[in-house]
Amino acid sequence: MATAHSRAAARVMISPAVILLLGWMIIPLSMTVYFSFLSYNLLMPGMEEFIGFGNYEYFLTDPAFMEALINTLLLVGGVLAITIVGGVGLALLLDQPMWGQGIVRVLVIAPFFVMPTVSALVWKNMFMNPVNGLFAHMAKALGLPPFDFLAHAPLMSIIVIVAWQWLPFATLILLTALQSLDKEQLEAAEMDGASALDRFRFIVLPHMSRAITVVILIQTIFLLSVFAEILVTTNGGPGYASTNITYLVYAQSLLQFDVGGGSAGGIVAVILANIVAIFLMRMIGKNLEA
Amino acid sequence: MARRATGARKIVVTAIAWGVGLAIFFPILWTILTSFKTEAEAIASPPSFLAFEWTLENYVEVNSRSDYFLHFMNSVIISLGSTLLGLLIAIPAAWSMAFVPAKRTKDILMWMLSTKMLPPVGVLVPIYLMFRDFGLLDTRIGLIVVLTLINLPIIVWMLFTYFKEIPGEILEAARMDGASLWDEVVHVLTPMAVPGIASTLLLNIILAWNEAFWTLNLTAAKAAPLTAFIASYSSPEGLFYAKLSAASTLAIAPILILGWFSQKQLVRGLTFGAVK
Repeated sequence: MATAHSRAAARVMISPAVILLLGWMIIPLSMTVYFSFLSYNLLMPGMEEFIGFGNYEYFLTDPAFMEALINTLLLVGGVLAITIVGGVGLALLLDQPMWGQGIVRVLVIAPFFVMPTVSALVWKNMFMNPVNGLFAHMAKALGLPPFDFLAHAPLMSIIVIVAWQWLPFATLILLTALQSLDKEQLEAAEMDGASALDRFRFIVLPHMSRAITVVILIQTIFLLSVFAEILVTTNGGPGYASTNITYLVYAQSLLQFDVGGGSAGGIVAVILANIVAIFLMRMIGKNLEA
Repeated sequence: MARRATGARKIVVTAIAWGVGLAIFFPILWTILTSFKTEAEAIASPPSFLAFEWTLENYVEVNSRSDYFLHFMNSVIISLGSTLLGLLIAIPAAWSMAFVPAKRTKDILMWMLSTKMLPPVGVLVPIYLMFRDFGLLDTRIGLIVVLTLINLPIIVWMLFTYFKEIPGEILEAARMDGASLWDEVVHVLTPMAVPGIASTLLLNIILAWNEAFWTLNLTAAKAAPLTAFIASYSSPEGLFYAKLSAASTLAIAPILILGWFSQKQLVRGLTFGAVK
């Protein structure tokens, strides 16, 4: 159908996007790779020298790296656990007949539209603050001592904040998947005497498994890069208690001006993200053929 | 079967769902309420929910004290600018991939997607240094360029999934009737593509408005959009809950409203068409 002429036109139409993305990907990334082999500090310009894998050795053996890696995994895993379990529950709930379904849906989805700095600061000050926060007021009303969430459980607090932001995303996607389930199948199973739990386990959950996988993979990509929430609540502290890889690289390169070390950390982050990305790409690629 | 139980069941479900929905929405509601309190009332214990002196003074103060309008305009210009620029680049690309698919179209799409998987810290240092050397730090144009590039894969993908749903036969029919390429594009395809383009525009404005990695790292005072401006409240001076709430409410209100219109597109855009 397509003529040689339209093929040439198609190539012209597609090239700006391809060239720009290619440039965006290759130029900075190869610079990061290059920097990562240099001893390069912005405070000492002109002193750059090639040091091979020295930065990687430094970054990977830094105790902060192990801590940040574990924090990253806890953050991603914690938020995924909350949002998947909560999202499945909410999707099942919102799929039931009720009054005002549209409004409830809007209420549940709203946190996703709140910018990260706002949600982090609202939670930090108005809820988790040990003196004036709402949780402190509640503890006082119950006769309990107030708890300084961000000082004593910083990572946990950040997990709660980030989970609150991502729960709507999981809910929305799982709900969309649930709504495409053939309801007659469920009714037939009910007639055959399948309990609600059985119907959930053998019909609903398998039907949603694909959507759950997509949610896990996409959220993981974003959650590996959580940054603003940490910056405005704890600055990664106390110590490195709430520093993830993203924040560690930021601190290394833009706070300590260690371009070489920061670049090595950046490459480590890229490798970690790629492991997840490969799985995600496979899922989406399959869908493209269908 | 299930239908018989509806009456009582529906009431219970409604009650639970509203309870859960309000609990999830509560932090936003609380922020909006606090924005109308005085600073003293904002930290009063026990806190009052509605029975306080409603005041607009925080909004007045936030606007007069902190160049709020400048940052708001930065957000508008950056999110709108990056979205329009992105559409300009993405529409022809998505169009040709949807209507003149070549052997490598799928590979190109997958590759574009893979650029989105690149964690921003992987390129933070070089981008920061390039921005510094080209004088782009703390400029709107610099951020527009970066946000265009990071969101371009999503824009292309979303448009592609919409364009693909336009039946190709209509084009053939138009061609048979002697329509030129120009006629085809302007009179046949464009009207059918407008809803998809509008959805993409909406979602991308939301994403750009809330982007908080590059905006925090590449701006200071002049070009800072609201994400970065709000972050300045992380080092408080004196009583500031009510003012923080007012600034936050103003920052999220436009996007909350846009968001209500884009629930469906959100699923599609953010899952790259994997869930529709």
